Amino acid sequence: MTDINLNSLRNQPDERGRFGMHGGRFVAETLMPLILQVESAYKAAQSDAEFASELDYYQTHYVGRPSPLYFAERLTAHFGGAKLYLKRDELNHTGAHKINNVLGQALLAKRMGKTRIIAETGAGQHGVATATACALFDMECEVFMGEEDVRRQKPNVDRMRLLGAKVHPVTSGTGTLKDAMNEALRYWVANAETHFYIIGTVAGPHPYPQMVRDFQSVIGREARQQIMDAEGRLPDTIVACIGGGSNAMGLFHPFLDDESVRIIGVEAAGKGIPSGLHAASLTGGTPGVLHGNRTYLLQDDDGQIIDAHSISAGLDYPGIGPEHSWLHDMKRVEYVSATDEEALDAFQLCSRLEGIIPALEPSHALAFVGTIIGDMDRDQILILNMCGRGDKDLGAVLPMLEERGKL
Amino acid sequence: MTSRIEAAFARARAEDRGVLGVFVSAGDPDRETSGAILDALVEAKVDMIELGMPFSDPMADGPAIQAASLRALKGGMTLAGTLEMARAFRTHHPDTPLVLMGYYNPIYIYGVEAFLADAVAAGVDGLIVVDLPPEEDDELYLPAREAGLDFIRLVTPTSDAVRLPVVLGTASGFVYYVAITGITGTRSAAADSISAAYSRISAATDLPIVTGFGIRTPEQAGEAASLSDGAVIGSAIVDIIADNLGDDGRGTPETVSKIAAFVGELASGVAAAGRRG
Repeated sequence: MTDINLNSLRNQPDERGRFGMHGGRFVAETLMPLILQVESAYKAAQSDAEFASELDYYQTHYVGRPSPLYFAERLTAHFGGAKLYLKRDELNHTGAHKINNVLGQALLAKRMGKTRIIAETGAGQHGVATATACALFDMECEVFMGEEDVRRQKPNVDRMRLLGAKVHPVTSGTGTLKDAMNEALRYWVANAETHFYIIGTVAGPHPYPQMVRDFQSVIGREARQQIMDAEGRLPDTIVACIGGGSNAMGLFHPFLDDESVRIIGVEAAGKGIPSGLHAASLTGGTPGVLHGNRTYLLQDDDGQIIDAHSISAGLDYPGIGPEHSWLHDMKRVEYVSATDEEALDAFQLCSRLEGIIPALEPSHALAFVGTIIGDMDRDQILILNMCGRGDKDLGAVLPMLEERGKL
Repeated sequence: MTSRIEAAFARARAEDRGVLGVFVSAGDPDRETSGAILDALVEAKVDMIELGMPFSDPMADGPAIQAASLRALKGGMTLAGTLEMARAFRTHHPDTPLVLMGYYNPIYIYGVEAFLADAVAAGVDGLIVVDLPPEEDDELYLPAREAGLDFIRLVTPTSDAVRLPVVLGTASGFVYYVAITGITGTRSAAADSISAAYSRISAATDLPIVTGFGIRTPEQAGEAASLSDGAVIGSAIVDIIADNLGDDGRGTPETVSKIAAFVGELASGVAAAGRRG
């Protein structure tokens, strides 16, 4: 018996970094030698028990893994349907799932002898996680962040500065995540020999989508074990929000071969898909090539990228990880969306009913869960990835709730 | 049959100098001015034109060419419009090589087959697509060669002994040496590093090698062209456009005349420097 199951959905990508037609390595030649170095270093690390045990050590003692799988009793009662479990990755050190991946890549950079780190960030969670790891491992850290995001996520900017990182506000384009990624790539091109780029989501050139997914899959592996322990069976449905899609890929991947599990990714519909002001690349986009990979993108019929819109800086990206695009094409995962307003309501609901202030990102997932969970049977189980906490969003959310007379 | 690109290098060699290539974004700052700029470049004795296909997210370009791309897009330029400009250019200028330079996504969305057919029909000679390394050759490189277009490879300071044969193995037309580890228009390369790179690359290919990225003055152009087989200037030209716009953001007669004057100086710089390579 071989340990490769040819029918498995968990063996992607191929050696060219392709997930079906998606993925690949669409980068400038200056970066190619580096990407190849990262790939071979990652391959070596994967088969090195010492790498795994070092990562495991920090996940346990520094991040606080495993994160709990919490039965959300009051939300369950409120919706009146299936049992809702929250995978509490918002309890991780730094307040989101981003640290799972950052520690893996920072340890890889260390193995490669690189001590200078670049990162892009949208909501600032990946930037904070990267700044944290750089403090921990004594590395230099430079974070690229759109100036619009610098404004709406100020607490995270302050945290990064306190942790010793240099934050570069990016003014090109709309000053959001897409532009931050362009600028980080430009900076990397100029500093290719000395710097390691820690990409924050399951996108970019191969091997990043695979590597980030592998590091985030700890979420799904734990959840799978935890639900077996708690309920003695697999969940019926699992749900996560999607910007680039790293928390979702991390939850989904260990469940991809479990045919009985319905998997749902929730994109940001912004002001509504018909308005054109959204960040739903799968629902409202077409395949194209950006930031090193082929994937679904928001773009016009000339192939120019259209700016995304979302209340959530972390979902405000006109693309999506290539593995999601592949799972969308083959219909293994359902991709749906929730609007800014729906996410705001869910943000408040979760705070009031569970005493958990969610980030705006998973609030989108919870908003969608609210539309299906009431119709599920009471003995069914739904797991939602609570991938980040909402402290960072208070500055943006409170005025909106007040304006709407909801506070 | 000798291609326009081969002929341009042969002409320069016969005059004992390197070639002068100039980059402009198609449609920058508007279609009419952009067309006039192309005519002025030929008049000012540019050997080869790299016509940028504007893209919203040019990740290998510095602020000057980013801005040029955005001005062109704002002025309504599209890939179809770029091809139309190329066709119009070719009807007036039968000999000047025209290379389209840009990023893959607009081509992918236009459709590779349709793009190649239209580019060949327009009289385009070659393509430089920044985000298509040899690893992705089946996307555009193979069909482009099939269609008879040169596919120009970029060699960079990070192209090591392992990488160089991969990049040069399937190069055609000429080799574009990116003289700095970085994005366009940001800093300049030292003469000795260009010389060293030229020996390293020319040992691995028979194609001519032009140097670009970070060349801003007639002196630098002369130096780079003399140390390799040619020089390409982009950001410095595009900056002239940025500095000579009318109140409506469109070009003015000055935009064209100032570029013509500057390119004349570049051509003199390249001619005066001769060849040391």
